[in-house]
Amino acid sequence: MDYLDHLEAEAIYILREVAGQFENPALLFSGGKDSITLVHLAKKAFRPGKFPFPLVHIDTGHNFPETIEFRDWLVEQIGERLIVGLVQESIDQGKAVEQKGKNASRNALQTVTLLDTIEKYGFDACIGGARRDEEKARAKERIFSVRDEFGQWDPKRQRPELWNIFNGKIHKGENVRVFPISNWTELDVWNYIKRERIALPSIYFSHHREVVLRNGQWMATAPFLNIDGEDIVEYKSVRFRTVGDMTCTAAVDSEATELDDIIAEIKASTVSERGARMDDKVSEAAMEERKKQGYF
Amino acid sequence: MNILKFITAGSVDDGKSTLIGRLLYDTDSILDDQLEAIKKANRKNNDGTVDLAILTDGLKAEREQGITIDVAYKYFQTENRKFIIADAPGHIQYTRNMVTGASNSELIIILIDARKGVIEQTKRHSFLAKLLSLKKVLVCVNKMDMVDYEQAVFENIKTDYQALAEKLGLEDVDFIPVSALKGDNIVHKSIHMSWYEGYSLLDYLETVEIEENGQQPWRFPVQWVVRPQTDDLHDYRGYAGRVIGEGLKVGAPVVVLPSGVRSAIKAVEFAETALEEAHSGQSVIVHLADDIDISRGDILVSAENPALSARNFEANICWFDNKSLDTSQIYLLQNHSAITKVKITEVLYKFDVNTQQKIATDELQLNDIGKVEIKAATEVVFDLQQDFAENSRAILIDPRTNLTVGALMIENVA
Repeated sequence: MDYLDHLEAEAIYILREVAGQFENPALLFSGGKDSITLVHLAKKAFRPGKFPFPLVHIDTGHNFPETIEFRDWLVEQIGERLIVGLVQESIDQGKAVEQKGKNASRNALQTVTLLDTIEKYGFDACIGGARRDEEKARAKERIFSVRDEFGQWDPKRQRPELWNIFNGKIHKGENVRVFPISNWTELDVWNYIKRERIALPSIYFSHHREVVLRNGQWMATAPFLNIDGEDIVEYKSVRFRTVGDMTCTAAVDSEATELDDIIAEIKASTVSERGARMDDKVSEAAMEERKKQGYF
Repeated sequence: MNILKFITAGSVDDGKSTLIGRLLYDTDSILDDQLEAIKKANRKNNDGTVDLAILTDGLKAEREQGITIDVAYKYFQTENRKFIIADAPGHIQYTRNMVTGASNSELIIILIDARKGVIEQTKRHSFLAKLLSLKKVLVCVNKMDMVDYEQAVFENIKTDYQALAEKLGLEDVDFIPVSALKGDNIVHKSIHMSWYEGYSLLDYLETVEIEENGQQPWRFPVQWVVRPQTDDLHDYRGYAGRVIGEGLKVGAPVVVLPSGVRSAIKAVEFAETALEEAHSGQSVIVHLADDIDISRGDILVSAENPALSARNFEANICWFDNKSLDTSQIYLLQNHSAITKVKITEVLYKFDVNTQQKIATDELQLNDIGKVEIKAATEVVFDLQQDFAENSRAILIDPRTNLTVGALMIENVA
């Protein structure tokens, strides 16, 4: 079997296990390429039926406008339900406190809103687009990853995961994070997007925009980014390799306007995808610590 | 391009992490920022080279203790293949992690230290390879540099291992002499072992053929029923699942198990496109000729070669829980999409995993491997491990804790 067919069949199998094993699942949709790929896989898993889950977007309020526009277009196109959890609401309610300073980001605050949204709607399983090749803590995470009542991941108490038999049994209040594309690499995702002609937000492709230099990386300028006279601001030809919120996602210099260019660029790259994520650079165990708190 | 899933068995001392690190490093699979992170962590080997083990030790506790506790999955690819490595700890107290890693692999690399030869750990890992029906065993005799790249050392170990393989019934075994540290026969052929005429490790992994499940009759566990219930698709009723084995095609006669109801395949579709047939590993939707009541947990099988269906059977078991197996307790048995209440009516024996001796016992503890007799509340559908391993597997769940407490491979009907 061709490797993309194999990965696709495995992901579809996992999505159907979620549908079969849980009462009230959700698909966490960020507007990034991995969750867009998940939506495409869900169509293959459940059409001509409806998705047995809504899409859930945790919106920091600091997203790229192109991502939000794309999200709304996609939801309209597939005719499925979208639930949006707003980080701004968590801040207004006093549940989350905005970071201060020049590099303030709402990335970490998403966890609060995510856990609140899970509780509010009573989701027992949340499907996510995380991949094991992204980061070393993720390399250890199960495909069905159980979170306790507080949304926490305990890496030392993970269930053994054998063959393709997934144990989705949980106690009330717990939930499971499910990662159907765990075994895909960044390159696999791009090759699949190309093969399946999956539409993506425009920021994945090279474009001209105003960027500001932060900690050696170029960030897109935005009203909520604290820019002062000392900052170096330039107008450059860039694209985004990974799409999170604008405060934690750096651009890469690129002339890649087609999928083939992007694939060639990634093959030649000597830096990993998460290298452009400020949120992972905080410490050696940044991802592990965030996941323990309930992060995606 | 296809995928090869393999597991590396061994402990830190065998150079397992060095071997994986070397494979990743020499295939340019480690990127600058990752290498930077390794250097920042400043973990060095005794000889001052960067310790590549940190690449696979993903958890804080592992890095602190310098050991691999859990299974980590690593990925790399060449022009010819995509590789998924299950990197599992080798020590006996982590047998369950190794079983987990092995269950998701087709091939196992067993590392033998050239200075030590076949040791207890080699036997244990080989036994697990057999128990989990891995399709291929590759023995890497490592640290050849420490024995002056002597052919005789390699040949002696090979002879010893072949005797072990024969005893265990491992059929498909290959051997490569390597030095992971120096890079001999890992990616490139070694200049120090001209007597060795076989492949380097990477060449081997790129070309080794893994037998597909093509010889087995098809089975189709139903995961989900697709029912759009819209005006134009009012009567649409499709069974979604993933095929195991071969021969599922339009017109094929079907038995639904455990009910025993017969029908035939009316249509097969994938992504709303009709197919004539579906092959092992494909996730598709199947329609039957008759309108019968089928739901998740049922399994459609070839009527020409049906699977077994029984309430009493014997299985090899690997026990994963800190709490010992309890023959008075009810467990849940999950195989494919079916879940059934079961009792372990008897522990028949356990294995000494180092010597493969059967030991009479009525207790199974964490990491123990043995054989048990099981009684199920309703019929369980399976094939026997020796006939069709992929359809002989199940997990046990403790309904009180919801933990996965055991792995089962059904061996015979009681």
